Amino acid sequence: MKLQRGHEAVIRHTLVVSIALVAYAVVLLLAGKNPIASFGDVIGFAFGTWYGFSEVIMRMIPLLLTALAVSLPSKLGLINVGGEGQLYMGAWLATWGAISFPGLPSALFIPFLVILGFVGGGLWAAIAGFFRARGWINETITTLLMNYIAPLIVGFFVYGAWRSKEAGSSAFPQSIAFPEAAQLPRFFGTRIHAGLIIALIALLCIWFVLEKTKWGLTIRAIGGNSEAARRLGLNIGLYMVVVMFVAGGIAGIAGMAEVSAIHGRLRAGFSPGYGFFGFLISWMAGGGPVGMITMSFVLATIFSAGALLQVTQGVPFSAINVLMAIVLLVVLAKPRILGRSA
Amino acid sequence: MDSREGSILDRVRGGSAPLPFVSMRGITKRFPNVIANATVDLDLFAGEVHALLGENGAGKSTLMKILYGFYAADSGAVRIQGEEVRIRSPHDARNQGIGMVFQSFTLIQAMTVAENIALYLPGLPPCLNARSLERQVGELGERYNLRVDPRRPVHTLAVGDQQKVEILKLLAGGARILIFDEATSVLAPHEIEDLFGIFSRLKSDGYSIVFITHKLCEVLACADTITVMRRGRIAGAMPRGQASEASLVALMFGDSEPRMPAARAERPPDQGQPALELLKAGTRARGTKPGLTDIRLRLDRGEIVGVAGVSGNGQRELVDVILGLSPCDTGTRMLFGEDATTWSAKKIREAGVGFVPDDPLAMAVVPWMSLPANTALGNLKAYSRSGGFRLAWDAVATDIASSFEELGFEALPLHVPVKNFSGGQVQRTVLARELGRKPALLVALYPTRGLDVHSAAAAGRVLLGLRNSGAAVLLVSEDLDELYSLCDRLVVIHKGRLVGDFRPDQIDRLEIGHLMTGSGGSA
Repeated sequence: MKLQRGHEAVIRHTLVVSIALVAYAVVLLLAGKNPIASFGDVIGFAFGTWYGFSEVIMRMIPLLLTALAVSLPSKLGLINVGGEGQLYMGAWLATWGAISFPGLPSALFIPFLVILGFVGGGLWAAIAGFFRARGWINETITTLLMNYIAPLIVGFFVYGAWRSKEAGSSAFPQSIAFPEAAQLPRFFGTRIHAGLIIALIALLCIWFVLEKTKWGLTIRAIGGNSEAARRLGLNIGLYMVVVMFVAGGIAGIAGMAEVSAIHGRLRAGFSPGYGFFGFLISWMAGGGPVGMITMSFVLATIFSAGALLQVTQGVPFSAINVLMAIVLLVVLAKPRILGRSA
Repeated sequence: MDSREGSILDRVRGGSAPLPFVSMRGITKRFPNVIANATVDLDLFAGEVHALLGENGAGKSTLMKILYGFYAADSGAVRIQGEEVRIRSPHDARNQGIGMVFQSFTLIQAMTVAENIALYLPGLPPCLNARSLERQVGELGERYNLRVDPRRPVHTLAVGDQQKVEILKLLAGGARILIFDEATSVLAPHEIEDLFGIFSRLKSDGYSIVFITHKLCEVLACADTITVMRRGRIAGAMPRGQASEASLVALMFGDSEPRMPAARAERPPDQGQPALELLKAGTRARGTKPGLTDIRLRLDRGEIVGVAGVSGNGQRELVDVILGLSPCDTGTRMLFGEDATTWSAKKIREAGVGFVPDDPLAMAVVPWMSLPANTALGNLKAYSRSGGFRLAWDAVATDIASSFEELGFEALPLHVPVKNFSGGQVQRTVLARELGRKPALLVALYPTRGLDVHSAAAAGRVLLGLRNSGAAVLLVSEDLDELYSLCDRLVVIHKGRLVGDFRPDQIDRLEIGHLMTGSGGSA
């Protein structure tokens, strides 16, 4: 039974990806580009070179984290579309820590930044959770709209109080560089950083909590039948706030890791929409940990492809958005494609 | 097997039978792990009420949902007026003149009666002629005693009237066969009589009516032909004239007749503090839900107090107040001698209050979780290990086994989602869970609604057993037989007020009926 289900998942994921790729090929053709050559470039880059592969893994980190930030609340029946905003707020609070306490040693600084990133994204998301728990506003609306606020807050600081005055970099809206000790370690001389470890640990922890513990059982019960959960005296409101806090926190860590390990400073608009693509991954993966890893890898490849094709084929990066939209469409239609078995 | 069933049908209709309006032959439908229908034959004739009788899970609803295009049969054929048809969807069924009234209605609450009916009509014009539609609804209403004001929003109608709208909808849409799935389970006694009156008018105009039920008395009251199903097969079919209660029970249950309620022990001596006391409790009306006014209710240990009433008069609200799901806006809630007015639902549950609802799949369990998971949810504290990082599933399984054993229930599979259980099985799951916690107060809201005779008797036995062991039970029900046979005391609820408090031997049904409907009794 279990084997069969795994089998089905493989078919489903393969189908989703191939339909999306075929559709993308059509878009490329319409734009007068050569899809075969384009796909060849991408495969050669991502799987043919160590550098290309490491870039894919690097992009996978924020995607996996923001996907977790969507999939955890979904077990509770909440739709968190605010991964992007939570990512920004995590980065924002971590930056505050990094530039306010420059003297900390690395062994303290990194955990400190992780906590700040977590709290920044977590509080941001918990606002939406609180409104929902009170029955005031639907969390889909709040998280979506708060996505527009968070980058503005970051912008306010990097254009203003935190703007770097270093020679050469003050022309850009960005903060001063993080102290050396506040930069997440990178591995193998690539841009793969310690965020990968955090992401994998978070994935494992969430899976364990959901499947094995009483809190996971409660979360799944509330998501499965909130009316029954209410009558069993489960504290639904508290779970909504806490789960949103944890989910937002995970997205916040993604933001913290981006600025600390990749950019080394806070920049306006530093995220190319990782939070939105995390939502897509969570939907595609259908909740399982293996699916999450696979799908974030696939999307990370596509992401890297966007940057690459801009150079080799002259395809604008925004063509990736077309592809992503097609994938989302396919994912949402998937029950019908596989004969409404779900 | 087939030939025997064929012969029963032949005997029923005699040699010179007219052509059946619908004939189903060899219908087989498998679900994972169960055969819902095994080579079932059924003939429906114009101008008759055909009762489909059987326990929950006997396959009655499945058979009719196949006819209505909801499910596709694995094999078998459906003929309408002699012609073989393929019904792939409810849409096809409607085009064939088949309509179904579901247990939970399919009306849009915010729309008016006329708008709901218009939505269902096959050739809805782009511009609605409201007046002609209202006239049509009025005419149908007069003819079949289905009088409903077409301009009223559906949510303002009583349940019985909503059902009338469902029927009007089907008639206006040109249905010739009307299938009623457990149609009486939501109705008050006089509404049930009205419904049977409607049946006979429809019948005389040549409509064919299928009446799915598990209630014997209703079948005997309204049916012309009775088909009994058991475990997915036809157990027997006969015209009303040849049926008796005993013969039908024998067909429904085979050899295993339902056990009678447990003996009622003498009430244990008074044990001091009442389990529950509501003092002048009241709530405001919220939306379409009625409010409660000046509720005074005392419930002692070792007694079952029944709440009689027509549903929608505040029963749910009363239960919610006791369980702490809605606040007492006025007055006081006392539990076990303590002021519990401000207690949360969680605290009340932990104080030893259990709950059995009428629709456990919606209100008490998580449908896609298994029996052990749902049991653990009812008492997370007891099954948590290592501070909640682990759950003691072996202890859960042991407890399930022992409480099922204690309650005399047959064991149920542990690794299937409870949504695959029948209604009675889900209710047993909940009963076993709630009673396994040894509650000092159990609140039961229509606990036997929709259950077959077997399961209902088992539930009644369980409630009596709990009372005999010294717990207090509040039983909200519309079934006067059930209330009379189980309760030590009866209260009547009408429009959010308690309007009577009696011992069952002090009051007759007629008087209760008057109190229930507010039609001026003597009390």
